[in-house]
Amino acid sequence: MTFRKIIATLEAEVIFNSIDIETEIYSVCSTDLMSDLLRFSIPESLLITGLTQPQVVRTAEIADVTAIAFIQDKRPEKEAIELARQKGISLVVTRLSMFTACGKLYVEGLRSFPEDNK
Amino acid sequence: MIIKNSIEGSFHLTGGDFTNAGIASSELKSILTELGLDDNVIRRAAIATFEAEMNVIIHAIAGTIYYSIMPEHIKIIVNDMGPGIEDIELAMQEGYSTAPDWVREMGWGAGMGLPNMKKNSDEFKIDSVVGEGTTVEIIINIKQGLR
Repeated sequence: MTFRKIIATLEAEVIFNSIDIETEIYSVCSTDLMSDLLRFSIPESLLITGLTQPQVVRTAEIADVTAIAFIQDKRPEKEAIELARQKGISLVVTRLSMFTACGKLYVEGLRSFPEDNK
Repeated sequence: MIIKNSIEGSFHLTGGDFTNAGIASSELKSILTELGLDDNVIRRAAIATFEAEMNVIIHAIAGTIYYSIMPEHIKIIVNDMGPGIEDIELAMQEGYSTAPDWVREMGWGAGMGLPNMKKNSDEFKIDSVVGEGTTVEIIINIKQGLR
């Protein structure tokens, strides 16, 4: 799914973007547990989370995450936005809940690796 | 990419310093990227080091990351002045954690740190003395000639 379609599906506001909006994002990891992101994500994924502190961006950098979607209108902290700029990780905010955000993206065809893409 | 000589360095870590947590692993990742190593090798090394770094930040007073990048493998040793681990076998189980609630609220302390380190290592050793500290040794083999 293109980043453009993810933004449209989540009705998201772009806080910071570092990639071509037509970039394909192949997988998603929705979690508030940073070790789960490190364990279960694949590179060039979307992270959906309710955590907004800079550590989330740092963990995303280590996990090679392309973009982060913050749910329920939660705004990333200023330091998190600055770190995302430095590391080239795109940030969007959606008013949707974790459940609804994931459900809408699933219906549109985005899947979570590895369990759905065997 | 062929590494002819070993490249070594270290990072000092301060326990509880969440502001700077992860910077050491991020810098190591940049070094490995500049060397042109395979993406998967870089990612595994970064994740294993990051988990070890976070354990020091969460549990210890201070610690050090030593790395040496050799032609055949990357070796990362992380030691800390911390509480030590009473039962290593138990600590290696997924989901087992002694992290306090405030750490969990930040998304850490889910009991996946040590298992994640082991999963991303080709060789993994852990040694701990209660009341003194913990040392982990992570070795990741470099597949030569992939890039």
